[in-house]
Amino acid sequence: MQATAKDTTELRLGSLEELEKLRGELRAAEDPDQTRIIVCHGTGCVANGSPGVTQALKDALAAAGEQVEVMPGIKTTGCHGFCSRGPLVIIKPKNIFYQQVKPADAEEIVQQTIVKGETVERLLYKLPQSGEAVETTEDIPFYAGQERVVLKNIGQIDPTKIDDAIRAGAYAGAAKALTTMEPQQVIDEVIKSGLRGRGGAGFPTGVKWNLAAKHQGGQKYVLCNADEGDPGAFMDRSVMEGDPHAVVEGMIIGGYAIGADTGYVYVRAEYPLAIKHLEKALADARALGLLGENILGSGFNFDIRINRGAGAFVCGEETALMRSVEGKVGEPVPRPPYPSDKGLFGKPSVLNNVETWANVSRILDRGADWFASLGTEKSKGTKVFALVGKVNNVGLVEVPMGIKLKDIVMTIGGGVPGSDRFKAVQTGGPSGGCLPWEDAELPVDFDSLIAAGSMMGSGGMIVMDDRDCMVDVAKYFLGFLEEESCGKCFPCRLGVPRLRETLNRFSKGEGTIEDIDDLYSMAEAIKAGSLCALGGTAPNAVLSTLRYFRDEYEAHILEHRCPAGVCKDLITYSIDPEACTGCHACFRACPQNAVSGEKKKPHTIDESLCIRCGMCLESCKFGAVQVQ
Amino acid sequence: MLSLTIDGKKVEAEAGWTLLDTARQYGIEIPTLCYHEAVEPFGACRLCVVELRQGNASRLVASCVYPAEEGLEVHTASEKVNNVRRWILEMLMSECPASQEIKEMAAQYGVETTRFEINDPEQECILCGLCVRACAQVVGANAISTVGRGAQKEIGSPYLVPGDACVACGTCVTVCPTGAMRARFERVRGVPSVVMARSVK
Ligand SMILES: Cc1cc2nc3c(=O)[nH]c(=O)nc-3n(C[C@H](O)[C@H](O)[C@H](O)COP(=O)(O)O)c2cc1C
Ligand code: SF4
Ligand code: SF4
Ligand code: SF4
Ligand code: FES
Ligand code: FES
Repeated sequence: MQATAKDTTELRLGSLEELEKLRGELRAAEDPDQTRIIVCHGTGCVANGSPGVTQALKDALAAAGEQVEVMPGIKTTGCHGFCSRGPLVIIKPKNIFYQQVKPADAEEIVQQTIVKGETVERLLYKLPQSGEAVETTEDIPFYAGQERVVLKNIGQIDPTKIDDAIRAGAYAGAAKALTTMEPQQVIDEVIKSGLRGRGGAGFPTGVKWNLAAKHQGGQKYVLCNADEGDPGAFMDRSVMEGDPHAVVEGMIIGGYAIGADTGYVYVRAEYPLAIKHLEKALADARALGLLGENILGSGFNFDIRINRGAGAFVCGEETALMRSVEGKVGEPVPRPPYPSDKGLFGKPSVLNNVETWANVSRILDRGADWFASLGTEKSKGTKVFALVGKVNNVGLVEVPMGIKLKDIVMTIGGGVPGSDRFKAVQTGGPSGGCLPWEDAELPVDFDSLIAAGSMMGSGGMIVMDDRDCMVDVAKYFLGFLEEESCGKCFPCRLGVPRLRETLNRFSKGEGTIEDIDDLYSMAEAIKAGSLCALGGTAPNAVLSTLRYFRDEYEAHILEHRCPAGVCKDLITYSIDPEACTGCHACFRACPQNAVSGEKKKPHTIDESLCIRCGMCLESCKFGAVQVQ
Repeated sequence: MLSLTIDGKKVEAEAGWTLLDTARQYGIEIPTLCYHEAVEPFGACRLCVVELRQGNASRLVASCVYPAEEGLEVHTASEKVNNVRRWILEMLMSECPASQEIKEMAAQYGVETTRFEINDPEQECILCGLCVRACAQVVGANAISTVGRGAQKEIGSPYLVPGDACVACGTCVTVCPTGAMRARFERVRGVPSVVMARSVK
């Protein structure tokens, strides 16, 4: 029998030994060779219908009844990262990987795999190049290239059950820190690990803790930044949804290290499942004595509160975040004073990102030396990326620092549809920049990315192909930041819209080559002059695209041409009479009636009527519509 | 006493002084727009930026909020500093074209025209927030605030709901570095209710 939550409800753990005893019992109660069915209940798979799949599997198992020798448990977990293939069902212990499973597939899975031990071929993942079906998770390049440290439990444990987390190792690091180490030893361990903040700037975590720890006594705070405002990013959400105890544990360790008795998680209100799982984790940890007074008999008191953010991007900035937790307007304030001296409510405070906190748990559990053995000399450990855009395998991946850009996009990501290379990879969210194919061999770590004109940011990675216009991409990010600027300081409030205005002129074919020099000077002023890093990094979108794709800018300005065929004022649509079959598809698709031509004869587009919506291009099956 | 250098000159500052306080003590000019002795500094306009150099490293900080520190090497009018000021002023000229004060200040930095589009030719308010801080910190009336975010930011009664907290003392007019509050005050004097000072619409 599996140990259930019932066994632990009355239990309050009073020491490291009692925690380890419980863990031992929980592990002994579970046979690792037993068949288990794992259904992904991450946000992506739930949206694709995984709860229906879970129900159908339960029904199918019940219907199979006697045919099944040992009833397998069904476990629902957080996101496995491969959301584009969801809903995912994995059969343990062999890790048979079924993808895009529908409720109607449940019976076949039970009959074939559970009863007869055979795989259902049609539900397996097929390699995009060869079409060959592969059976297990380990055989899928998307997973094989990953190194899972932060995500190690996600997809393995049920995030709403503390037993499952403890079985997987949760709170071992915190227990070790609280009961066998001095606070300074904990900080030294984190410094030795080389861990740098995963929220953006890559500041050494232990060094930051030291700054707050040096204030002896008095009220202090630790905070978790779960604002995750970057468009397309969902690393932090997945961690909170899939392994909330990793975050709680990290914060307990941080609180102990700096001498804080209270922690806050600032999480965006748009993350209801993350909030729910965190709340459950906090309640369960409290009930077991892992939070609250005298944790594990160590004499250390600590508890965590959840603060729902209003969802403004700028509230992810540390000083704005703290003002927001205080109930004030979420606008950045000048530093100094630094949060480590005067942070939340004017008290010494440490803010770290979700992924940073999860790493802290792993470091205290497995040791600084192990952590420092992963990654590069100056960027230790792994990084989780949200891989999106023009890439075959969209999803969440965790890789060792220093891995080549190409290996992430072309191997783990499975390459770019219809091309053997990417045009650009945007990293670092709105503050980051675009890297060209020439940087395919670039090691992905904090310092290499900065040197290449982009940054790590919190882990967004957007792949672009030849149909993405770099001027347009820069405009998109500037537009986002213009919307999200708090408007307090002048260089950012005034400068970001004016950068965009300048690029807008380019995409209309206006502007001169001198404007490019002026852009550099203006970007420099905004970077150097802004109050916070939102304005301070806003010009990166322009600077990095100018650095690598200057020809594309020049094509717009000098030749009035948009090579990617995106900027509406610079393109014309026409129909190749050789390729056109006169099928009439574009004729029907055009909302402006700009297409004319008789059936089965080559069609033409009236340029004066065309609004460049691209509907004809989408509709043509013969590739006859051309963009110039 | 803290010793540091400003534009190559050795100066001394008391603990708690900002770089702006220190420079002014020695008669060194630094332009400001959102600073006023009567209220807490805000660090918003960034006109008061100065360059801190340390070996090859250099960065800009707002002198109205940055504390004087021992050994700092401060430059108040370097090329980097002036580049920031020139761009801010040129952008302000298109943002607040009606402000004579901004035009004059821009001219001092050689900025005579603006290349950017003008949204509202009547606009004077630069959104420095001095009126808001003065009303809150000096008068204690809290009759006006900034409303909204980013490019949509405005000055108005809290939540843009007309209120009666204004006592028509005129403090906001006195601290306003442009004509913006004066123009507005003419309209509401004797009618102690606050509506909008700066609207983007
Ligand atoms: C505009 C802006 C938005 C930010 N948003 C986030 C965010 O959503 N999540 C995050 O962890 N850090 C964000 N940061 C970085 C934080 O200010 C801070 O550096 C980070 O949370 C510190 O944690 P770390 O040292 O663990 O990275 C943002 C910074 C800026 C300037
Ligand atoms: S840089 Fe932008 S977001 Fe940051 S304080 Fe200035 S206006 Fe606000
Ligand atoms: S006149 Fe009204 S708005 Fe202005 S400072 Fe006085 S009370 Fe405040
Ligand atoms: S009205 Fe005057 S004082 Fe108030 S924000 Fe505008 S310019 Fe500044
Ligand atoms: S939600 Fe299931 S793989 Fe991401
Ligand atoms: S005067 Fe210092 S930022 Fe405005």
